[in-house]
Amino acid sequence: MSTGLNDNELISKVLSGDQQAYAGLVNRYQNYVFTLALRFTKNREDAEEVSQDIFVKAYRALSDFRGASKFSTWLYTIVNTTCITFLRKKRLEVHSLDNEKVFEVADSLDSGMRANMVEQKSRVSMVNTAIKMLSTDDAEVITLFYKAEQTLEEIAQILGIEANTAKVRLHRARTRLKEKMELHFAQEVKDLN
Amino acid sequence: MNTQHSPEERLWDYIDGISSPEEKTVIEQLLESDEEWRAKYGELLEVQQILHSSELEAPSMRFTKNVMEEITKLHIAPATKTYINKRIIWGIGIFFITLIVGFIVYGFAQIDWTVQSDSKIPVDFSKVDYSKIFSNQLVNVFMMINVILGLFLLDRYLANKRKQFREEA
Repeated sequence: MSTGLNDNELISKVLSGDQQAYAGLVNRYQNYVFTLALRFTKNREDAEEVSQDIFVKAYRALSDFRGASKFSTWLYTIVNTTCITFLRKKRLEVHSLDNEKVFEVADSLDSGMRANMVEQKSRVSMVNTAIKMLSTDDAEVITLFYKAEQTLEEIAQILGIEANTAKVRLHRARTRLKEKMELHFAQEVKDLN
Repeated sequence: MNTQHSPEERLWDYIDGISSPEEKTVIEQLLESDEEWRAKYGELLEVQQILHSSELEAPSMRFTKNVMEEITKLHIAPATKTYINKRIIWGIGIFFITLIVGFIVYGFAQIDWTVQSDSKIPVDFSKVDYSKIFSNQLVNVFMMINVILGLFLLDRYLANKRKQFREEA
């Protein structure tokens, strides 16, 4: 089995012709890639299609991976570019960092989610719902930092920005998430403490 | 001391472990002495814990199988660097350098070196017939292409330098 091997060992196997070894990488990163894709697409069907496309692209370009960065960082760069292309194709608005419309969209999303809120008492559901209310940019940077365990330098590389800009983005995203939680889940946060 | 940032930003840096050792000491002192800072720190720690408790979403059970079915039809593309042959790049470079040198030599060949002048410079540039060199439209276009290619090369060179600098930093 390939599961005990690290990323670079799996990549070497794939590059030397063992196509099945790629399943090890897919299994390892599918949840990360799918979660990030979901932050962009906002629906599971599209996220699944985009994630599949990302893994296919990564496979085709695998010989370009030189090991200068972590495989995950390289893969998330593909996630970022593929998702942006997907959104452009779908002609959805990619919200900029300072776009106040983000909050309007979040509020409209919130009305749809309100129906499920009664049942979503757990901390996990609450934070996941709050992240969904954020803009794509904010949700992506939070997911990369907290779930995909990327450093600020790696996030900067993935997003094609300066490390300091990544830091500012993360800071703003956390502030907005905090605001969302205080606004929509004040009681739940209180209950959890 | 990192005074240009807000207390919240400074606390986040502290929580993320990216504060400088000096800043870390300052914040630790503030947390000991200042009630307001302590309260803010507690609040941010709570957000931090909540964020860590978020969960990853999982795709369908068939996901890996679907990807593997898709890639069986594909081949890994050769690495980008391997299909850009360095010899071709050098060949193109030498071609253009030869052209530029050729133009310069041609230009100098048009100069009348026997002309006497008071100037210490052996060449009387005022008498160089530039119209002979640059009157041809084709030559001008060619020179323009060379200049543009030169600028492209310079851009690539500077971009690589910047990348190297960033990696070293």
